[in-house]
Amino acid sequence: MSEKVLMKGNEAIAESAIRAGCLHYFGYPITPQTELAAYMAKRMPKIGGVFLQAESEIAAINMVYGVAATGKRVMTSSSSPGVSLKQEGISYIAGSDLPALIINVQRGGPGLGGIQPSQSDYFQATKGGGHGDYHLIVLAPDSVQEMADLTALCFDLADQYRMPAMLLADGTLGQMMEPVLLPEPSTSTVEKPWAVTGTQCKRPHNIVNSLYLKPEVLEKTNFDRFARYKQIEENEVKYESFMMEDAEYCVVAFGIAARVSKNAVIAARKEGIKVGMIRPITLWPFPKKPLREAAERVKGFLSVELSMGQMIEDVRLATDCRRPVKLCNRAGGMIVSPEEVLASIKSLGGDKS
Amino acid sequence: MIVFEKPKSLTDAEFHYCPGCTHGIIHRLVAQAIDALGIEGKTIGVAPVGCAVMAYDYFACDMVEAAHGRAPAMATGIKRSLPDNIVFTYQGDGDLASIGMAETVHSAARGENITVIFVNNAIYGMTGGQMAPTSLPGQVTQTSPYGRDVKVAGYPVRICEMLSTLDGPEFIARVAVNNVKNVKNAQKVIEKAFRNQVEGKGFSLVEVVSSCPTNWGMTPENALKWVEEKMIPYYPLGVYKDRSAKEEN
Amino acid sequence: MTTQVLLAGFGGQGVLFAGKFLAYKGLFEGKQVSWLPSYGPEMRGGTANCSVILSDEPIGSPIVSNPDVLIAMNLPSLDKYESAVVPGGVILADSTLIERKVTRDDVTAFYVPATKMAKDIDAPTLANMILIGKFLREVGAVGYDNLEETLKKVISARHRDLLAINRGAIDAGYNFV
Repeated sequence: MSEKVLMKGNEAIAESAIRAGCLHYFGYPITPQTELAAYMAKRMPKIGGVFLQAESEIAAINMVYGVAATGKRVMTSSSSPGVSLKQEGISYIAGSDLPALIINVQRGGPGLGGIQPSQSDYFQATKGGGHGDYHLIVLAPDSVQEMADLTALCFDLADQYRMPAMLLADGTLGQMMEPVLLPEPSTSTVEKPWAVTGTQCKRPHNIVNSLYLKPEVLEKTNFDRFARYKQIEENEVKYESFMMEDAEYCVVAFGIAARVSKNAVIAARKEGIKVGMIRPITLWPFPKKPLREAAERVKGFLSVELSMGQMIEDVRLATDCRRPVKLCNRAGGMIVSPEEVLASIKSLGGDKS
Repeated sequence: MIVFEKPKSLTDAEFHYCPGCTHGIIHRLVAQAIDALGIEGKTIGVAPVGCAVMAYDYFACDMVEAAHGRAPAMATGIKRSLPDNIVFTYQGDGDLASIGMAETVHSAARGENITVIFVNNAIYGMTGGQMAPTSLPGQVTQTSPYGRDVKVAGYPVRICEMLSTLDGPEFIARVAVNNVKNVKNAQKVIEKAFRNQVEGKGFSLVEVVSSCPTNWGMTPENALKWVEEKMIPYYPLGVYKDRSAKEEN
Repeated sequence: MTTQVLLAGFGGQGVLFAGKFLAYKGLFEGKQVSWLPSYGPEMRGGTANCSVILSDEPIGSPIVSNPDVLIAMNLPSLDKYESAVVPGGVILADSTLIERKVTRDDVTAFYVPATKMAKDIDAPTLANMILIGKFLREVGAVGYDNLEETLKKVISARHRDLLAINRGAIDAGYNFV
């Protein structure tokens, strides 16, 4: 019988991953995700799992690549500068069609940046990140509960579609505590006949590989992979629609920015402004359809982001620029306030004062 | 009567290596070691980026293809996931001693129970003959056209000597395949490096001083002579570390 | 009903711990709660603060920028956050360390010599819990009951011997008038 416990977001990810059957964790210290690694370091040896502090982010992701090739659930976690280092390995994992989970508890950038929360890795997460044609499934939690739930979902989707998934969080969600009902242990059983486990001299050898020297063959692997991506775009889009029924204006925000925006939407409603919010939960696949439908009805959109404006491009693309899309943002580790969002909502044209 | 038989652990795929290249010999020695220990069914190989990039087609065991230099990290993941399997990497000098140096040193320091086959031919072969971390002082390559100038490009890296200073590794040895005697010795040493893993002893690395006639611009015969006269004096053969042997004494 | 609390002080004064106590107390009472610490180098000796929200409704932003209640454990915290408190709000100040009074007249201020009281009861590190005791009496967003049950959640098992002294500090703050 489960009960709600107070946990930090970083710890909720770790515990949820273990319950999802992930017994292999590789990482390298970086703020603000350290509690996640510390939790794994404590728990893994007690449950027969593997915690290994790698010599670098690069080594860590390639250890993940190795375990993923054996067909077991595996993860790494880091924060923005560290996730940049992992991009090489992520591209190989994607190119080898392997499931794995990468956690990014984002902080401000570019460069060494800062350690305060940010959402400025949106482009990196949703547009590929490393070299070559590929996508990650990218899930964006907005609460400690979702840190746990979406971690489990990441593993399931990664297995189902044979591709890496990323949980895109931020320093606030990683550090904050909220009550969380931890997911039940996973019962997922996905066959992985492609895994390298030793032939036992009973089958032809399996090869996990992303090298195709013949361009027509490489092209085909890309086409096949993107056919799979299309299924994901059709079947796996997740978003939250908040007060959108009669909305004349639509706020679009994810993660911690959506939490702040919700306060602003409620405050605006109290002032008689008909505004709602669409919160993408899957950043890739992006919820294009609900935004396109909203564009039929609303007068304008407001993209609220902790970056210089990255998701706003996807909002414009999804709506074919049929309505104005404005940006309300803070960057570099600063968090937008409900008052700032409210003022931006009013600037869309809804200011009755 | 069979006078010549391919090791079971090699597939029937035809090697793509240049005439006179010693990769073929080294592949065979690895395959023979796997056969001799009867571990083909549980062996997983990690191919590098470099001339041996397509080693996954040649070895009959399960294979993965690593990113450049990351084979020991990938092998670490595989071995930690499947500790009862046998995991080896097969890497060149650019892969192991340059871009992958951190992964090499730290997998050795951790004493990962894996086997590393390190082919040192003092040049980047696949990309067309650039200076390697192990290119000799004065050696002419595409990126050291006037000879490796140590004032500009620094000195070669001696991997066995360096790794043998660590407490982590079980076994570190350097062999060559430039003549029959050396090939026979290399076979024994490579088999020992695999046996160590079977026996759970830990990190074993065998450096194989090798030749690259194509990129050295030599005939295969002269290349082997160059190994004897230039390479081996700079990279002396022998066992640099054998922890168990030391303990037994 | 939503109560937004900001706890602020020096690193080491236990503002995160005190915040955690409030969050757990709220959780036991079936409330929605959130706890958000400042993090980074300031944790190691500089200033630390912690946002706690206790609510009967789902919590939006976990960031408290305009607290209903400010618990100020040192002067820099009062200087920094006094003006942020909502009109009609409450300020609890450790008057051992903060010599000045609250300058606003639209908030209710309580001055508790928490650091001195903590020394007097032989619990010099528990000024934080003395202020929590005062919070329980004056703010009442969560009740003055089931204290041990809550303390058991925030005090790790190996420090269980500190439970009684924490309880004593809360009582001392609660009974201070």
